[in-house]
Amino acid sequence: MSLIEIVDLSHGYGKREVLKGLNLGVGKGEVFALIGPTGAGKTTLLRILDLLEVPGAGEIYFDGKCVPRSGKQRLEIRRRMSFIQQKPHVFNLSVYDNIACGLRWRRESRNKTAEKVDRILEMVGLEGYRNRNARTLSGGEAQRVALARCLVLEPEVLLLDEPTANLDPVSTVKIEQLISQVATQYSTTMVLATHDMSQGQQLAHRLGVLLEGKLAQTGNATDIFRSPQDERVAHFVGMENIMYGVITANHEGIATIDVGAGNAIEAVSNWRTAKEVCACVRPEDITLALSSLQSSARNSFPGRVARISTLGPLSRVEIDCGIRLVALVTRMSAEEMSLRVGGEVYATFKATGVHIMERESGL
Amino acid sequence: MTELWNSLTRAIGLLISLDPQVMEIAGRSLRISGTACLLAALISLPLAGLIHFHRFPGKRALINIIQTLFFLPTVLVGLIVFVLFARTGPLGFFGILLTPTAMVIGQMVLITPLLLGLTISALSGVGQGVVDTATSLGASGAQTTWLVLREARYAVLAAVILGFGRAISEVGCAMLVGGNIRGFTRIVTTSITLETAKGDFELAIALGVILLSLALIINIVLNRLQQR
Repeated sequence: MSLIEIVDLSHGYGKREVLKGLNLGVGKGEVFALIGPTGAGKTTLLRILDLLEVPGAGEIYFDGKCVPRSGKQRLEIRRRMSFIQQKPHVFNLSVYDNIACGLRWRRESRNKTAEKVDRILEMVGLEGYRNRNARTLSGGEAQRVALARCLVLEPEVLLLDEPTANLDPVSTVKIEQLISQVATQYSTTMVLATHDMSQGQQLAHRLGVLLEGKLAQTGNATDIFRSPQDERVAHFVGMENIMYGVITANHEGIATIDVGAGNAIEAVSNWRTAKEVCACVRPEDITLALSSLQSSARNSFPGRVARISTLGPLSRVEIDCGIRLVALVTRMSAEEMSLRVGGEVYATFKATGVHIMERESGL
Repeated sequence: MTELWNSLTRAIGLLISLDPQVMEIAGRSLRISGTACLLAALISLPLAGLIHFHRFPGKRALINIIQTLFFLPTVLVGLIVFVLFARTGPLGFFGILLTPTAMVIGQMVLITPLLLGLTISALSGVGQGVVDTATSLGASGAQTTWLVLREARYAVLAAVILGFGRAISEVGCAMLVGGNIRGFTRIVTTSITLETAKGDFELAIALGVILLSLALIINIVLNRLQQR
């Protein structure tokens, strides 16, 4: 039984449709990550879940009961949830008063409030900031106040909208640790919106890809990152190598796909001959070598390096093999092979590293 | 020029000696305008919250009207209150014309639009983000309004100070509905008018200086409160 269930939910602002016919259930104690690019409708969905907005169409069920579109009951349901916004709006009050206000609004006793606030201040590591005006805090500290303000209410559901979007790496790690600590300690149900796929992968039990207001795919991290359902999801989850082709043969589940320019790749697939498909390979699944590798990998293409760019500890190498391939290798191995633009290189990947999707009609 | 200098020394003298007649007039000014301001604030603050947080047809027009009433001439307010409460007027049976009560009502009518309008703009200055955050943390409508008023407290306090300033410095309304009756409805501004008419410019200006001194004291107290 889902704690939160949304049915055929649509919403728009004026003529602009933001959410289009969403269906989703989040179970009790589950951490669900909504991933998607900016503007996909993640914030709107969270605002509707927090009952800050009334959806244009569709229903929300909370704990099995249909949420009414107006009236006092909405406040009662909202008081069982907490919502952490992307930009923390701390009130122009002391840190203590900021965190206490939710409890006061619920008519919690003064002693109990003080006890709870002090405990949560310690948990988020702000015990020394009790009497400081919250407006004077840094971004990371303000986000921790916002988090504490929500956690002190011991909500059944925690909604998080890009909780680390504007933070430095150290603050990000702190916030992420707090979130996973809460998830395991209190088994709080969470819906987390993020454009950071690794964050979603790391914190959530299940993910949903929201693209242009539609839930394109839901599933666990392996499903989504390894087997995207369509090209848009593949693009979003970092499948940089997407090749279009036709299956020319299929021997016992190993398909040969003609991807044009005289190149054929082999992949694990059950599609039959003559099927038009889309073959995707993750850039980190492509290995580079200076000579043809003698290995079990079925696909090996000679080519020339077209471009090298550095991404922190990794090098992103573009190779022209007749088809254009992108590989991610460690910077160290790129240096060891002394890769340079124009140099010859072999790009190799396994048949199991290729994900085959049916080609969308009209493409 | 000597008049100005003489009136300044005279004002200081009156202040230091705590001249009983001047103190009585100043005290009445404070009481009447303070009461008017307090009542206007009690009406305006919740009403401003109500107007700001609700969507209704004609809201824009209503705010426009309120802002237009910032420019109400004091003497016009006095006239309206006079006509309403005159013995033959519709509210004449109250019999409060030419009493401090009528002056309080007049000043309240005068400054309520100002307080209301400025409080609405103060509330608009608090972002929707704060409102959503409060709602999301489980605040009811009234609790959200109270929080937002607290968030806008500096701007709201400025509105109240301005309202009080307009009340204590006006003369047109007080003169018309109070009548400048010695020991009963005579306040600082009506005394200034009287002394000017009598030709005692020194005393008139000295009374003005006393009014400003009162304003200074009030400002210092309120600023202290604000900084806390």
